[in-house]
Amino acid sequence: MNHLPQAWGRPRDDVYGPYDASYLQSSHGPNQHTQSPIVTGTSVIALKFKDGVVIAADNLASYGSLARFTDVKRLRKFADSTVVGFGGDVSDMQYLDRLLISLDTEEAYSSSGHTLNAKNLHTYLAKVFYKRRSDFNPLWNQVLVAGLDGEKKPFLASADLLGTTFTSPSLATGFGAHLAQPLLRKVAPDEEAAAKLTREQAIEAVKESMKVLFYRDARSLDKYSIAVVTKDGIDLKEDEQLEKQSWAFAEGIRGYGTQVN
Amino acid sequence: MPGFDFSNHTRNAALHARGVPLPKATSTGTTIVGCIFEGGVVIAADTRATSGPIVADKNCEKLHYIAPQIWCAGAGTAADTEFTTALISSQLELHALSTGRKPRVVTCMTMLKQHLFRYQGHIGAYLVVAGVDPTGVGLFTVHAHGSTDKLPYVTMGSGSLAAMSVFETQWKSQMTEQEAIDLASNAIQAGIFNDLGSGSNVDVAIITKDKTTLKRGYVKPNERSKKQKSYVFKRGTTAVLNEKVITKQEISKYVTVHELEGGEPALAEKMDIDV
Amino acid sequence: MAAMFSQNPLMNGPNYSFNQGPSTASAGNKEHSFYPYTDNGGSTLAISGSDFTIIAGDTRSTSGYNINTRYSPKVFKIGGTTASQDDATLVLSVVGFAADGEALKERLDAIVKMYRYQHGKPMSVKACAQRLSTILYGKRFFPYYVTAILGGLDEEGKGAVYSYDPVGSYEREQCRAAGAAASLIMPFLDNQVNYKNQYIPDSGVGHELKERERIPLGRNEVEDLVKDAFDSAVERHIEVGDGLQMLIITKNGIEEIYKPLKKD
Repeated sequence: MNHLPQAWGRPRDDVYGPYDASYLQSSHGPNQHTQSPIVTGTSVIALKFKDGVVIAADNLASYGSLARFTDVKRLRKFADSTVVGFGGDVSDMQYLDRLLISLDTEEAYSSSGHTLNAKNLHTYLAKVFYKRRSDFNPLWNQVLVAGLDGEKKPFLASADLLGTTFTSPSLATGFGAHLAQPLLRKVAPDEEAAAKLTREQAIEAVKESMKVLFYRDARSLDKYSIAVVTKDGIDLKEDEQLEKQSWAFAEGIRGYGTQVN
Repeated sequence: MPGFDFSNHTRNAALHARGVPLPKATSTGTTIVGCIFEGGVVIAADTRATSGPIVADKNCEKLHYIAPQIWCAGAGTAADTEFTTALISSQLELHALSTGRKPRVVTCMTMLKQHLFRYQGHIGAYLVVAGVDPTGVGLFTVHAHGSTDKLPYVTMGSGSLAAMSVFETQWKSQMTEQEAIDLASNAIQAGIFNDLGSGSNVDVAIITKDKTTLKRGYVKPNERSKKQKSYVFKRGTTAVLNEKVITKQEISKYVTVHELEGGEPALAEKMDIDV
Repeated sequence: MAAMFSQNPLMNGPNYSFNQGPSTASAGNKEHSFYPYTDNGGSTLAISGSDFTIIAGDTRSTSGYNINTRYSPKVFKIGGTTASQDDATLVLSVVGFAADGEALKERLDAIVKMYRYQHGKPMSVKACAQRLSTILYGKRFFPYYVTAILGGLDEEGKGAVYSYDPVGSYEREQCRAAGAAASLIMPFLDNQVNYKNQYIPDSGVGHELKERERIPLGRNEVEDLVKDAFDSAVERHIEVGDGLQMLIITKNGIEEIYKPLKKD
């Protein structure tokens, strides 16, 4: 399984065989780049609906298996019209956030008069990621960009540390790609189905997925952020608590094998 | 001598160190699940077997017989799941015969875990064991290293997370038989459509205290569409570079030849091929 | 056998950056450093006819055992003057590492557009093919990890298909399959497009037997072959599926067809 950020960007051993870096002699070379993420955020999940996009991520930043920071906001607003959800390295997230703020400021001062929409922002981020991976100095993130495109239609796309990009009616990063995406795909198997979803249905599906992630992702938290992006703007809530969890399965479990009482 | 033959181990290790790749075993990439309901248990599996990215079998059976009321769903290395379940099935049959009682699910689970633990994970069998015995309903998972787990709903294989997401949203206690079948089938379909290691059809086995029902191809959501063209070749299209005729007389020097009655060609088994 | 299904040209085909695999188990700690490539799966296919070219690709994007998306096109119109590429005359397909594919497509598109603005006419496939080769070889020691196929109509109006390896070796061909299921589709094409291993019944004995004569295929027949090839690839390769995108280049422009494929 390949859901941990530590595994991103690494060759699959079943395809390439174990990687042998011994002949590269880079371990004691002069300049070293980020070769692995340190403080990390887990899944980001998002779903399109008829008027916009719902996006969510929990508020945890992990340091390996330590739940290090429990109030880290991983959904960032851009130009009051786009939300970027960050998975992976938190310091690289903060660098990108600074980059986006300065980009927003520059755009606001420029004479062109138009603002960058979610699609433009996604293209920009993908190019930053691709440039950095080509310099062997990656930004260790996978991000989801949620907002509206140039025709004011709902827009949702992903970009990652290698510069890989794709769009889909629903998207999920990290562990969410394994656990949440099957649920979200059932709600919106294609663009037509997503275009029929109401705001309430989309929020419900995303909240349900966040609950499953909390049950099953050991690097997750029951405190999370959720944002709804429509043409009326962004409704971002950063201190949500997971509700109505069910632990009914635990009733009657005795041991792991032959124990009966 | 019983057990495995390790006589080529040193040679193979030396070859591997020199860059000769290991032979690739067929793996049942797989989504398998199990779920308890009121009065019984249901297990289900997809039917895709893979070798790397290639589909080795589009409709394989991952539901293995252990005893009339105990069945096993297997993920991992195909050969290991088949031989391990067959071995334990055989031992359990003898055990049942000598004790004169019906075999128990916990017995099966314990034999499996002790066998797998002995081989320290080298036998790559990941199993869901389910059944009904005089003590009641049993449902377990057994990992290749020998650890077990006992839960009211379980999933395993590369599609286990996709399947588990369905259980975590839709499972409730005290389900009816049909509710449990539908839930297990939906969980497998989540694996089939979201996990590349799983595909094709859903097989289901329902075990109650009275009987076991195996439903092979319970759901078939992936039927192949009709071919656009016909690919039947004209007879004689393939070049024949040389020909040798072996007469009945010559061949009877090596094998016994029987005359068939009626002159009809005998059809041993009809193969499932499409035209 | 393992090499045949391994989709890694770095270790498998002609070597470029790393010409030695791990030869012996080295002493000391092994380190996993950043690896700038990934394989996004999928397959592409191109067939040229007497007055048309068809380039097709499945629309699935994968990472490991996961599906990234069910719709991510691998076949692109190149060098049109509008955002919708309505007046394009060339088609490029890329399969392998999607980010490199995207970067390659955008570079080639910009170059072909510049040519059109500077010369006042669309670039010929022949010229574009040579230019694409140069671009790929330019990154000889940090290659675009993609298998590209370029299609269009040549100066005589005949269908033209050019296929590439990741570092720019190229060739004009009648047909070519690339990507994850290339080894499954290509033999089928050899047999059904170029009639390889097909002989005329009773035309001779042994080596005197005459090969079945190649005839240019019609557009509908080629479309059927493409659909059957992809349906079969979907059956036997886990990374191929979801949708089939077909671009048909004729003198009247480029037509796009989308057909669903199995989603398991």
